[in-house]
Amino acid sequence: MMKKKQSGVGGTNWPVTILLIIGCITVFFPLYMAIVIAFKQPSEMTNNIAGALSLPSSFSLSNFTEAMRVTDFWNSLGNSVLITLVTVVLAIAIHSLAGYAIGRNMGNSKFYKFSYLYIVSGMFVPFAILMMPLVKQTSQMGIGNRVGVIVLYTVFYMPMNLLLYSGYLKNIPMALEEAAKVDGASTWKTYWSIIFPIMKPMHATVAVLTALGTWNDVMTPLVIMSGTGKNTLPLAQLNFQTQFGTNYNLAFASYLLALIPILIFYLVCQKQILNGVVNGAVK
Amino acid sequence: MDKAKGNERKRTFLLITIPILVLFFVFNTLPLIKGLVYSFTNFKGYGSYDWVGLRNYIDLFQDARVGKSYLFTFKFALVSTIIVNVISLVLALGLNSKIRGKSALRGIYFIPNILGGLVVGYIFSFFFTYILPSLGQKMGIEFLSNSMLASTKSAWFAIVIVASWQAIAMNTIIYISGLQTVPEEVYEAGAIDGATGWKKFKSLTFPLIIPFFTINMVLCMKNFLMVFDQIMALTKGGPAQSTESISFLIYKNGMDGGQFGFQSANAVLFFVVIVVISVCQLQFMNKKEEQL
Repeated sequence: MMKKKQSGVGGTNWPVTILLIIGCITVFFPLYMAIVIAFKQPSEMTNNIAGALSLPSSFSLSNFTEAMRVTDFWNSLGNSVLITLVTVVLAIAIHSLAGYAIGRNMGNSKFYKFSYLYIVSGMFVPFAILMMPLVKQTSQMGIGNRVGVIVLYTVFYMPMNLLLYSGYLKNIPMALEEAAKVDGASTWKTYWSIIFPIMKPMHATVAVLTALGTWNDVMTPLVIMSGTGKNTLPLAQLNFQTQFGTNYNLAFASYLLALIPILIFYLVCQKQILNGVVNGAVK
Repeated sequence: MDKAKGNERKRTFLLITIPILVLFFVFNTLPLIKGLVYSFTNFKGYGSYDWVGLRNYIDLFQDARVGKSYLFTFKFALVSTIIVNVISLVLALGLNSKIRGKSALRGIYFIPNILGGLVVGYIFSFFFTYILPSLGQKMGIEFLSNSMLASTKSAWFAIVIVASWQAIAMNTIIYISGLQTVPEEVYEAGAIDGATGWKKFKSLTFPLIIPFFTINMVLCMKNFLMVFDQIMALTKGGPAQSTESISFLIYKNGMDGGQFGFQSANAVLFFVVIVVISVCQLQFMNKKEEQL
């Protein structure tokens, strides 16, 4: 049974479909390699391609339990989850407020126009220049730890998120707020009861972008949290590199463990993630 | 009554904005100023220090290692940006054509982007060290039979491959959303005029997605200039300091190497370079857009 296509130029473009399916190898090959090596024992790793890439003789989880023990997996995972979650919540609360206060006033006030440009221009400041002074500053303030990392993320993602929120607010008519004002509600209350819920699509975008960025970031926790003995998931891979030694099976089990949470998250929220990334970049 | 309302509104906005400005100042502007101040000192990161005026900046331009890191970073960023944009555009055209399993394929091609650069770097590191050389030996390809990461000639390109693998995913998605803004009528009109293949792309599609091209170029260049994770995982700046990116050098020598002051000057220079490049790119692209 042939379905009629609306555009009329023809049906499925099979050559392109097949090429694209073959191209998926470039995505899956590194992951396949990681999986088979993670399940093997060092004795199975002979010095040729087959030794590394063939399927393991048995799918035993011993490498994974060992990797969890060596890298203190659950604590690292806990830290990563904690830092990412708190940062996302703070970003949604604080950056949306900033977007509201600044976005609603920058059209008719020099002060807010300046505030907007001041914060947004922070996007061009590379972390490299802030890094060294921030290490000193956070340790002097006693936040050379997870708290400091969260505070820094909240500040680093402010320029982008302010841009997103204030842009989104342009499409929300003032009339909505004015109706609430007539009823005698305060600005603060109006914001939380009317504006904040309306910005839901933008909250999703901000959450996705902020979460992906903080979850995978290495540099900030590396310089700020060094010496606390605490790790995030990526940081643990870096810090335990020497302990893996030449036991690649153990190392790959650990890498895989570090990748699994975000892969699951992606499987579950693929649509929101793709939308969020596109919205964030195109705005 | 109305005036009181207006004041209440103004006060609320100020009460929101001022703490946010303070927060941003303390953790962004203040360290920026401190970095600038340190760049005029010989601070090692500990102990006492003296003012050295512009000494660090003069030294910066005579330091071979710094010069090398700028060369590497630019070479890396430029080559990666070109590779990523060409492949992403082709991939996006493919993923936007009439194919089966469109959303599944799009989902798959985006996977590299969500994975952390460091862990991806480690996985590829094994690939470059063991798999590729043994493949090269089997097939008798000379330049592949040794690890790409061990040679000063090829290590930088290994980093290009890994960074591109991840960045292509992101840029493809942006190009796809660009291609979706091109209305079907444009192609229909073009088909009447006999526009097909490359000609169709060049004269119809590409001009319409130039804003997306701009975004991708700027995003790519900025991210690649700040490359750090992949280098940390693949080469740690080696072999023979041939793959030290600017960020990596600032981190390594500024944090552990006792060059706090000197590397602060380097960071200031780096900051200026990033701003100049971003502004130039945007200006250049704006002009191009106007022409079309």
